[in-house]
Amino acid sequence: MADLRVKIGGLDLKNPIMTASGTFGFGEEFNDFFDISKLGGYVVKGTTFEPRQGNAYPRMAETPAGMLNAVGLQNKGVHYFADVIYPRIKDIDSHLVVNVNGSTIEDYIKCTEKVAELERVTAIELNISCPNVKQGGMSFGVCATSASEVVKAVRKVYSKTLIVKLSPNVTDITEIARAAEAEGADSVSLINTLLGMAIDVEKRRPLLSTVTGGLSGPCVKPVALAMVWKTAKAVKIPVVGMGGIMDWKDAVEFLLAGASAVQVGTANFIDPTVCLKIIDGLNDYLDRHNYSSVNEIIGAIGV
Amino acid sequence: MRKFVADFTVTDNIALNANYFLLKLTSVEKLPEMLPGQFVEVKVDGSPTTFLRRPISINNIIEERNELWLLIQTIGDGTRTLSALKSGDLLNLILPLGNSFTLPENPSKSVLLIGGGVGTAPMLFWGKYLKNRGFEPNFLLGARSSKDLLQLEEFDKYGTVFTTTEDGSAGEKGFVTQHTILQTKSFDFIYTCGPKPMMLAVAVYAKSKNISCEVSLENTMACGFGVCLCCVENTINGNVCVCTEGPIFNINELKWQI
Ligand SMILES: Cc1cc2nc3c(=O)[nH]c(=O)nc-3n(C[C@H](O)[C@H](O)[C@H](O)COP(=O)(O)OP(=O)(O)OC[C@H]3O[C@@H](n4cnc5c(N)ncnc54)[C@H](O)[C@@H]3O)c2cc1C
Ligand SMILES: Cc1cc2nc3c(=O)[nH]c(=O)nc-3n(C[C@H](O)[C@H](O)[C@H](O)COP(=O)(O)O)c2cc1C
Ligand code: FES
Repeated sequence: MADLRVKIGGLDLKNPIMTASGTFGFGEEFNDFFDISKLGGYVVKGTTFEPRQGNAYPRMAETPAGMLNAVGLQNKGVHYFADVIYPRIKDIDSHLVVNVNGSTIEDYIKCTEKVAELERVTAIELNISCPNVKQGGMSFGVCATSASEVVKAVRKVYSKTLIVKLSPNVTDITEIARAAEAEGADSVSLINTLLGMAIDVEKRRPLLSTVTGGLSGPCVKPVALAMVWKTAKAVKIPVVGMGGIMDWKDAVEFLLAGASAVQVGTANFIDPTVCLKIIDGLNDYLDRHNYSSVNEIIGAIGV
Repeated sequence: MRKFVADFTVTDNIALNANYFLLKLTSVEKLPEMLPGQFVEVKVDGSPTTFLRRPISINNIIEERNELWLLIQTIGDGTRTLSALKSGDLLNLILPLGNSFTLPENPSKSVLLIGGGVGTAPMLFWGKYLKNRGFEPNFLLGARSSKDLLQLEEFDKYGTVFTTTEDGSAGEKGFVTQHTILQTKSFDFIYTCGPKPMMLAVAVYAKSKNISCEVSLENTMACGFGVCLCCVENTINGNVCVCTEGPIFNINELKWQI
């Protein structure tokens, strides 16, 4: 049994397997399926300061080896989370991470400040892929200047572990990662969904109400892996890798590419117990190759 | 209700006609409690173009044999792959999912279950459940033609069956909403599942007669257990997940143009 513990900023994770925001609800939806305290950490649904209704239906389209979503951050707001959800989930023995979103810098700050009051939330994951309403809806995460601005503002009000989640819909993701690092982020996580689209040819209409949406699942894995590898070389802070992880082998690929931990997203829909299988598979892999700690394989591809 | 992910064994796969098949499944474990209107999420193996699970209604439960039935229409690659399953094959399901039809308090109430096309699937289990609780359900089943009217001998066991076909090859000619019983009999509760235009027409009828009416929605789903928020229906309570708050809704909750 190898040592699976890894460190992300101030977090000591019991293993590098986490779940991705928007694919794991608040964790409690999985209680019937497995003991979620076995996870290294879990990132709950995207949360905003004000409640949001999200986008109109249809919000989902299946694509080859993946899916498009256009949920649009439907959530009941950070106060509802703090008052109603948090008391139900705070005692789970794992790292509870809140995915923080906003459409202005002030929104991000207000949401972060509320989350900071919650003792058992040990980190936030700052989703900078959200559209910036003051910049014509362009995402904060698409340029280093606006990314720096939001990370800097949030860093000022948040002293626990700050993970910045990067959008892959950029020219050079390492530039944004370096900007986040420079403003004091403890870690970066990537990738968020890739911009995609699907059309119903019979109806000659887009399949999503929003026309375009976010692509996830195994189809994005090679793209995600390359971005994780490049980013891990470009920054000194730990990288959390994700995008299309379906089994332990995919997870090991991300670790070998330089990720210190991974998140599992869409795969939870198909097998709600997949994370347990990934933890077991990772352990077997390390034993089989006589590694004593998972840290030995992080970035270990010799390039 | 506790949810499970479990492997089931196919005991039978019966082609009912060119487009519909009935899967009979069993498991070593005793089947968990399931309610009419609930559904399962089926993992489809062996179809490279099918990534997500497929939601399918519970068609029937035979407790004595620990058996679960799924009535499936071949639509695309996922259902086509399922249609090729053979006795002995394993099928992985998440179940039971969703809410259920509302049981009227008094068995003397007259209930009408309207199913169109594959929408008849949940009505069999619901009809049987009602019958077992002392109700005398009426079934109104609609299809394109006589060969598409499925499981009639099963429905006969649990109540009075009325049918319509679009080509007039069985029952009354036309759509379910044109059937004469809607004019000649009176009902206290109507439950319906089928194509949206049909359910909408049923809802309009029910509302005009002030009859309590529940519909079963089939919004596209990614997870089926309330975590992806992809399956929402816009209701008087805002966007709610059909997979957890539904699939059964009272028409008064919906924002349909009724
Ligand atoms: C709660 C619920 C219960 C259901 N119960 C049953 C059941 O008991 N029996 C049954 O046969 N089916 C049922 N369905 C529908 C079933 O899930 C779909 O037909 C199935 O997912 C199609 O998969 P596929 O891979 O064969 O087709 P796909 O390749 O996914 O689709 C082929 C084509 O059919 C269209 N399509 C897909 N799903 C639907 C849909 N739900 N309604 C209309 N058009 C669709 C697609 O847009 C596409 O054009 C249910 C759906 C829900 C949400
Ligand atoms: C339905 C759905 C909802 C998502 N919601 C969020 C969200 O609220 N915040 C966020 O940062 N990422 C969100 N994501 C992105 C995932 O967390 C993850 O970055 C992405 O899906 C890639 O991983 P995967 O291929 O393993 O799913 C969502 C993804 C899906 C499929
Ligand atoms: S299908 Fe995922 S929430 Fe309903």
